[in-house]
Parts: sequence; C-alpha cells; structure tokens
Amino acid sequence: MTLLQVEQIDSRYGLLQAVRDVSFEVGQGETVALIGANGAGKTTLLRTIAGAHRPHGGRILFDGADVTRVPAHRRVSLGIALVPEGRRLFPGLTVEENLRVAVVPGRRGRWNLQAVLEVFPLLQPRLRLLAANLSGGEQQAVAIGRALLSNPRVLLLDEVSLGLAPIVVEAVYASLQNVIGEGTTVVLVEQDLTRALKVAGRVICMLEGRIVLEGEARSLDRDRVVNAYFGLRRPAAGGAPA
Amino acid sequence: MTLVNAIVQGIFLGGYYAVLACGLSIMFGVMRTINLAHGDIAVLGAYLTFVIVDHTGASAFVAFLAAVPVMLVLGYILQLTILERSLKSGILTPLLATFGLSIVIQNLLLITFSPDVRSLGGSAGAVTTAGWHLTSDLSVSALGILILVVAFAVFGALQFFLSRTRGGWMMRATAEDADAAELVGINSRAVHARATAIAVAVAALGGLFLAIRSVFDPVSGPIQLIFAFEAVVIGGMGSLWGTLVGGIALGVAQTIGAQIHPQYAVLSGHVLFLVVLILRYGGARLPLGSRRRSLGSARLSRGSGR
Repeated sequence: MTLLQVEQIDSRYGLLQAVRDVSFEVGQGETVALIGANGAGKTTLLRTIAGAHRPHGGRILFDGADVTRVPAHRRVSLGIALVPEGRRLFPGLTVEENLRVAVVPGRRGRWNLQAVLEVFPLLQPRLRLLAANLSGGEQQAVAIGRALLSNPRVLLLDEVSLGLAPIVVEAVYASLQNVIGEGTTVVLVEQDLTRALKVAGRVICMLEGRIVLEGEARSLDRDRVVNAYFGLRRPAAGGAPA
Repeated sequence: MTLVNAIVQGIFLGGYYAVLACGLSIMFGVMRTINLAHGDIAVLGAYLTFVIVDHTGASAFVAFLAAVPVMLVLGYILQLTILERSLKSGILTPLLATFGLSIVIQNLLLITFSPDVRSLGGSAGAVTTAGWHLTSDLSVSALGILILVVAFAVFGALQFFLSRTRGGWMMRATAEDADAAELVGINSRAVHARATAIAVAVAALGGLFLAIRSVFDPVSGPIQLIFAFEAVVIGGMGSLWGTLVGGIALGVAQTIGAQIHPQYAVLSGHVLFLVVLILRYGGARLPLGSRRRSLGSARLSRGSGR
C-alpha cells in the first residue's frame, strides 16, 4: 500500500531550483534511503515533504490525501515527522521538555516517553539537563525521540549521522533498527553509502535536484550507485560543472 | 532612615514598572518584537476599564476583570493582522508598524475621550488611601503593597506557565526556533498570537495601576513605554524574572534620585538605564555579561544553560 506519494515536486529558494520534477512513492512499512552529493536537494526534498518548505510546483499525497497546502504542524498530527538536519533541539528546554512538548494530544500509538527512553536508555539520566548541554549523540537521540513521540506513520530522517563519532553513529543506527523493526515507514537521507545500502530496502539517488537512480538496495551494484552519486557517465556530459 | 523609606517606596514603585514592562518582555522574549505601542495599549486598557466603571458604577478592579477578555481578544487579533505580517519583512518593520499603531491609538483615544485627564483612583475603594506608618519616617501604602503583590503573582504565574505546562513549553520552544517548533507539531502562529494576547492583557493591568495610583490621558502612553523599556533592558532583554528585578531597580533608582532632589527622580532612572546599557553592551568586560537570555533561562533556582 502506498503511504506517501511525491508527484513532480519542484522546490526553489528564490531563483535557485533545489528540487526539479521529483516523483516517487513510498509504501507502508518501507525504508527508503535518499542519497546524493551535497547540494543534490535531499534536505530540501525532505523539508518539502514535512511542510517546512513550500514547493513551487507538484503535489504531495499522504495516505491518499493531498497535503501540499497543509502547514507543517498539521502534517505532524497527520503522521509525518521530520528529524531535521542539525537536530534543531530547543536548547533552553530540558531534555524532558524537548520530548514532551512533541507529544501530539489525541494521537495514539506505540510511542510514549517511556518507550522512547527504552530505545534510548542513555537519555534517562539526562532528562533534567538543558538540551544545549548534551553531547552530539545524545542530542541526536533526543531529536529522534522527539519525532517518534508524535507517533508518526512516516519518519523522515535527515543526516542523523552528521557530526557524530563513528561509534555513536553505530549506536544511533542500532536504536533506529528497533524503530524500523516496529514497522514505521522511514525515509532517510544518508551520506554514508554503505550504511544506506545496509539499512534501506530501496535507494533513491539524487543529483542536482533530480532522481538519477532508483532501485532495490539488494539489486543495486555499488559502482552504478557511485556513478550516479557523482554524476559520472551521464548522457549529457557537457552539463554545467558543479 | 529617609534612605530606607526611599528604597521601600522605590520597591513599591518598581512593582508597578515591572507589571508595565511584563508584556513588553514577553513579546520580545517570544517573538523578538519590540512593541512601541505597548504604553498606548496600557492606556487603552485604562480607558476600557474607565468606560466600564462609567457605565456600570462597578469598582475599578471588577471593571478590569471584565476588560481582560476584551484585551486578550484584541492582542490575539493584533498579532494575526498586523504584527505577523510586519515580522515577515525584517526587524525594522515591526518597529515602524507598532510606532504607527501607537499614533493611531493615541488619536483614536483623543477623538473619543477628549484630552481631559482622568483617574480611576476614586473608584478603586479604600485601598487607594489606606496606609500604615511603621515609624515616623517609614510608611507603606496599601496600594503599593497591592501592586507589588500582584506583580509577584503575575510573574510567578507566568513563570509557572512557562516552566510547568505544555502550553508554556510550546511557547518557549517557538521562541527558540519557530521553524523547528512547527516540525514537532506546534502551531507557531497560534503560539505567537497567544503570547501577544497575554502581553496585551498584562499591559492593560499596568494601565489599571497607572489609572489608580495617578492620572492618565490619551497621550500618557509613550512615557509609560519608556519606563517599561528601561525596566526590560535593566533586567536583561527577554528574561522574565530579570524584568521584575529591572522594574524594581528602576523604581528604587527613581525614588533615591528624588531623595537627592525632586527633579532628579526620572533622570536617575534614565542614568541607571544608561549605565546598565554601557556595562552590558558597551564592550567593557564587566560582570553583567552580554549573553542574550532566553525566556526559559528565567528559572533562577535551576541555573542557566552555560
């Protein structure tokens, strides 16, 4: 069953066209990785799906309903949650306040404060600290927990490994595996190709705002992905340099 | 002993300034908006209370309670119609918009109520005249105590709201990062409108106290704005408890100044304001610090995020 449909999305920052005519679908329970070089439009695409960026053209359908004009905060109550790039915690709020402010009243589901603390036990002793005083890995755990507390049907993760030590990334992904195991639909942006291919069922590779490669993670061979990633051996070889 | 009396009277006066400054502090803390119409909104609240007293003969306090819902709605609409639009177009526009609003309010009040000076002192009951002489040099007025108690109650209630309730967390979260707040399901527009509604209602409370302890006319607003602004800056922009302390510091500075010479009352308040500005923002590395505080770090007991 298709949960999320992105149809010909075109997102801009002024004159800069960050996402060009992108269409794809995400089925219920799927894990999709968005990969691509810096500036490929992955973050903008996620922000557009979450409602934080208004698209210039195209449509976004969630569970069959057109949500293109729905503001971000209402999309959260429909079940779309984004863990934004850079984590974006509220630094002056305590960890507990950061988490509990994200609970959507009336939205029931598996996730509550207790369940989040079971997945991220490192947060238990930190609940009363200000979010500003946490380490990067702890902050990322709060950011993911905060998104989970809205009991999303689709969880959008933007570069959860950015700026974290490898061992912390390992821990964050180990916790994420639990989340994915619960059947939550996940769309994640990840720079680390190996990890993306390992975690995701399907991979979408973007280049300069367009989808250049899409396929099952299992069936894709690494060289093809790398070529698409860097835009090598494209038909239009005379394109503008990055 | 006269100095002690001056300080005590200053603390009472400071309670009034703190109430007056509270709304200004909220709006700056949550939206980074400096509302130049704040004083005029306080005076508008005083006039609204005055009209209710005039028509019903009720006590000023009862009339004010009736005026509160009106002021809340007014603040909510003000944010959604004028302030929100102006905030989208940079830092300067809200200043211009609220400056314009200030002129509009003053002139509407002039047209409606004439330039006559009014007071609500007569309809506030015995509290305006009661007082106690503790010693021959030291006296306290019932009104001073009432205003100070209300000031602490208002700041305490706001602090409780901000630190203990979900609505308060939503307000602090929106103040820190409105974009991220939207992404966790917070309607930042509604939160901003709620903050302005509270600010406008508390401003009206300041207006009520102005009207009871003294007199007001349609152009009383700007000078009240200056006192409120000084209290906010002395206490540290955006910090709620700081505003209470700042208001009291301003009041004490004024009464001590008046002790030296009656003409120095307002001047010494301005001097304190300038000294704080220079110490905090003047580049000198002095103990006050220049860290811009957030609404949340208003908590005194649990320490600030450093």
